[in-house]
Amino acid sequence: MNMLRGAPDPRDEILSVLPAMRAFALSLARNASVADDLVQDTIVKAWKSFDSYEAGTNLQAWLFTILRNTYYSDLRKSVRERSHAEAYIARADTDGPGNDGHIAVLDFEKAFASLPDEQREALVLVGASGMSYQDAAITCGVAVGTIKSRINRGRKRLADQLGRTGDGNPA
Amino acid sequence: MVRQTHNSQVERDIDENLRRVYRTIVEQEVPDRFMQLLEKLRRHGHGTGT
Repeated sequence: MNMLRGAPDPRDEILSVLPAMRAFALSLARNASVADDLVQDTIVKAWKSFDSYEAGTNLQAWLFTILRNTYYSDLRKSVRERSHAEAYIARADTDGPGNDGHIAVLDFEKAFASLPDEQREALVLVGASGMSYQDAAITCGVAVGTIKSRINRGRKRLADQLGRTGDGNPA
Repeated sequence: MVRQTHNSQVERDIDENLRRVYRTIVEQEVPDRFMQLLEKLRRHGHGTGT
């Protein structure tokens, strides 16, 4: 019930951020159903705390912040992260490594899933969702330099793991 | 030099894969459960919880 005329209700904008929230949640949780539960919890929490949202600021960054806080708080409450990561990696393991010089899809997903949470989220926020370093830093509650270094470390680690894939030509 | 070329190819592949994985999800239709949730929250009014 949006009674205020003129000012758009930011709650109406949630739907437009939802696809991005699902993608971000999956990159954190690495399990589709856990990810959607995470998105659901995030929406409910956000709905209750919209008073703390500053109109005109980046709604996606605000929602992503709630989402990742929810993820890390859930993580502390349970040991499910480990089992999900292991299930994911075990599934990816059933496919052999690619050898055509390009990164096979499963090789990438397996390597990505094995990165530390902080590197995965930094890579997804900036490298995939197109968020600025600044907004990613706000979302994660760290300095811009920290985001940059997490991205660099994540990239290097992925490259180290995936670089082996194309080693038909020894360097 | 060969190593360098190889690494930059890998980096490009990493970026492409990141975007591809992300896009795959973003382009999916939003599941009904979320439409229903938003509808339910709207019905219950703002800021008062569920």
